[in-house]
Amino acid sequence: MHHLEGRVWDVIDHDPQGGGDLPLVVGGITLKSRLIVGTGKYATYADMARCLAASGTDCVTVAVRRERLVNAAGENILDHIDTSRYVLLPNTAGCYSADDAIRVARLGRELLRDMGSSSSEWVKLEVLGDRRTLLPDPVGTIEATERLVADGFTVLVYTSDDPVIAKRLKELGAASVMPAGSPIGSGQGVLNPNNLRICLEYLKDGDPDYPVIIDAGVGTASDVAVAMELGADGVLLNTAIAHAADPERMAAAMRAACLAGRLAALAGRMPRRLYATASSPDEGSIARPRP
Amino acid sequence: MNGGSAAEVTVTVNGEARRAEAGSTLLRLVEALGFAGRPIAVEIDGEVVPRPRLGERVLGGGERIEIVTFVGGG
Repeated sequence: MHHLEGRVWDVIDHDPQGGGDLPLVVGGITLKSRLIVGTGKYATYADMARCLAASGTDCVTVAVRRERLVNAAGENILDHIDTSRYVLLPNTAGCYSADDAIRVARLGRELLRDMGSSSSEWVKLEVLGDRRTLLPDPVGTIEATERLVADGFTVLVYTSDDPVIAKRLKELGAASVMPAGSPIGSGQGVLNPNNLRICLEYLKDGDPDYPVIIDAGVGTASDVAVAMELGADGVLLNTAIAHAADPERMAAAMRAACLAGRLAALAGRMPRRLYATASSPDEGSIARPRP
Repeated sequence: MNGGSAAEVTVTVNGEARRAEAGSTLLRLVEALGFAGRPIAVEIDGEVVPRPRLGERVLGGGERIEIVTFVGGG
């Protein structure tokens, strides 16, 4: 048995280097937490800030949108995100073509550069194919990944759970491939663990540290644990916290589930068996044996 | 600007028609909209213009300009 000498508790106390684990490194940036949390759909910026803190995350996604031409004096989300604490990951949400996604990525990069951000080349690439499912357009996603990598971006790419596309995206230079557990905002959890297992196996073949992040579909804490137990390096979620009845409490649950799932993955689960095996010894039992 | 002697041009800002002084710059437009000092990025006809260079870009009329910021998103 591998002795942790009590350091396993460090993991729960949020020191992932404890317990023999290494931190998540994506595109040269080290993240202490394996949760990446979205900033959308909160009732107020103050609620959002509390949830981000409760989740333990140190990386948050943001969207790029037109500034309002009237009443622009209002608050900006950046007034509520401590950028010395959180790495900003701009997304290309809402883009249905590679061209639009690249425009949005470049605007996000300009915003980050202007702020002097350490993650100014980072982009969460989404090229969507369909409004109803928000499933990725694989062809547009591949095209945009190739062009953004050539333009110097660190591309974290949202994709389906298709292992062949996932492999292709890695070959094109994506810093992280992020297969969906289920459709964005659906809260259905991990619908096809077998595909995710194959994605993980392909993406980590000969490259065990390659970061694979399960992006989208999480509904509750156990979904995060399942994704981490499959061997994912992290989970990206938004709605499951923002639309919980008590978002701050759910944010804390997500943090605990992420750590639990990670620990379980490192611990290595027992094999599944069809039949029971007693935990108490047969030997010394005073009961008459069942025939 | 109304009825003034300075020639005006029309540009499209975030999908809306806006008038600007002919020969004016992107920087002047950004300032006139009250965005100086706010976290924004500017694109003109599909090309991002870094903030330090907004003053170099003269408006000739007809340009499509996008001024964006960060908002909450997943």
